[in-house]
Amino acid sequence: MTTPFYVSPQQAMADRAEYARKGIARGRGLVVLQYADGIVFVAENPSRALHKVSEIYDRIGFAATGKYNEYENLRIGGVRYADLRGYTYDRADVTARGLANVYAQTLGTIFSSAGEKPYEVELIVAEVGDAPEDDQIYRLPHDGSIIDEHGSVAVGGNADQISAYLDQRHQDGMTLGAALRLAVQALGRDGNGGERSLTGDQLEVAVLDRTRPQRRKFKRVLGRRLTELLEPPVEAGTGSADTPDAASDGKAGGAKASSAEDDGTADAADD
Amino acid sequence: MAANSHDQGRLPAPYLTPGSSSFMDFLSTHAPEQLPGSRPLPGVQGAVQAPHGTTIVAVAFAGGVVLAGDRRATMGNMIAQRDIEKVFPADEYSAVGIAGTAGLAVEMVRLFQLELEHFEKVEGDTLSLEGKANRLSTMIRGNLGMAMQGLAVVPLFAGYDTDRSTGRIFSYDVTGGRSEEYGFAAVGSGSVFARGSLKKLHRADLTEEQAATVAVQALYDAADDDSATGGPDVARRIYPVVAVIAEGGYRRLGEDEVTTVARTVLDGRLQLPNGPLAPLV
Repeated sequence: MTTPFYVSPQQAMADRAEYARKGIARGRGLVVLQYADGIVFVAENPSRALHKVSEIYDRIGFAATGKYNEYENLRIGGVRYADLRGYTYDRADVTARGLANVYAQTLGTIFSSAGEKPYEVELIVAEVGDAPEDDQIYRLPHDGSIIDEHGSVAVGGNADQISAYLDQRHQDGMTLGAALRLAVQALGRDGNGGERSLTGDQLEVAVLDRTRPQRRKFKRVLGRRLTELLEPPVEAGTGSADTPDAASDGKAGGAKASSAEDDGTADAADD
Repeated sequence: MAANSHDQGRLPAPYLTPGSSSFMDFLSTHAPEQLPGSRPLPGVQGAVQAPHGTTIVAVAFAGGVVLAGDRRATMGNMIAQRDIEKVFPADEYSAVGIAGTAGLAVEMVRLFQLELEHFEKVEGDTLSLEGKANRLSTMIRGNLGMAMQGLAVVPLFAGYDTDRSTGRIFSYDVTGGRSEEYGFAAVGSGSVFARGSLKKLHRADLTEEQAATVAVQALYDAADDDSATGGPDVARRIYPVVAVIAEGGYRRLGEDEVTTVARTVLDGRLQLPNGPLAPLV
């Protein structure tokens, strides 16, 4: 039997953290922003089938960057956790805080156990409240820490530049269109100060919309609706973000006359 | 909470095991005591007294299906509850109405709703209507032990098939046997009378409003001859639960709409107590 080299605990942890961080930085960027009616998730993701953003429960959404198999595993674990908790107690007893804690414990245990490779993932768990003050956004890096975020948050490749850009420009009470366009501008910036313009095909967008009449507030923003939101509003118009889709909004029950931002796409599952 | 009981609060292995998109499968490996069918049965002789829900009817119309249920729960000769609800949305495009032991039925519906939602969230897509009907079959079969002690649960499942663009109805027996019904169906103690009524009133070209009226007529006929089925209660303003599942998804008729339908039926019965006359030939 060979004698292993001595590696100091500090060095071992630093190596593991370095390994995980490198893996995460290779991924594409992902941002989560609060807007007037909820929380919007925007990920650069050309795939229509492999999601980075998903629904966990009525008011809780999940976004992740890093290694797909690892965060997909955690996502399904989270859905099972939330559904079992809601079944055992009540739907109101499933909270983002509880879920974020479980994720943090899971990531932390894996990170510090010498026998397992650390997960190369960074997660965001967000819950939409009845009012913007009640919204919660938690960021969970690879090592099991939790950061309680407000306003805007970015993870994945180039996250530092993107969050600095968002911090300067994000305001409370933005419309969905404005928040989405800001997110796309931020995602399009690369490390050397260059800019790319991202189109709807390269984006995965979903919202947790507190004005939705259904119990489940998560909705994907797809197709024509996404294209309309990405277009800058016409300057001369009175209602700044009123896109012409209000006329096509035929869904019963969801008639939010106050803003054309609120409705118009089919539900997540239909498409 | 279960998630915190093992290994320093980390999600236990069953949570992170890939493979199954079924919440019931997950429960059966991780928390089998929570599954309705897997509880040990007490050795009681004879039937157990518990509230029973009664009649449910389904009526297909061009472009969808109507599912309706009366509001009475009985326990022996007693009325256990006069405003029970026995028709529930299963997901956006389907609904389930349950006759039989009310307590077990409500639990079964909760689990069924969750099963469909769980699949949808994990897979990112909904089950086919047949798939949903089969899942319900499995759940009924799991309740067979209880059914043999007199605590049967018999559902009627109706949904809008988005692939075929039609409403479809599935009925079940206590062993979980499933059969598709065409046009109309009824379950529960008043189902014999309701079916007779539906037979005479149902036509293939009904509109949504007419289908709702046919369903309420059938429930009236069931209540007329079956003491366990409740008729419209005008004094307390308790009317049947009527749900429509069509292209736009599940929609429960509002109080005003149901009141209008029920009043129209009642007014008709004041003239003809046995209901509208069907042609002889």
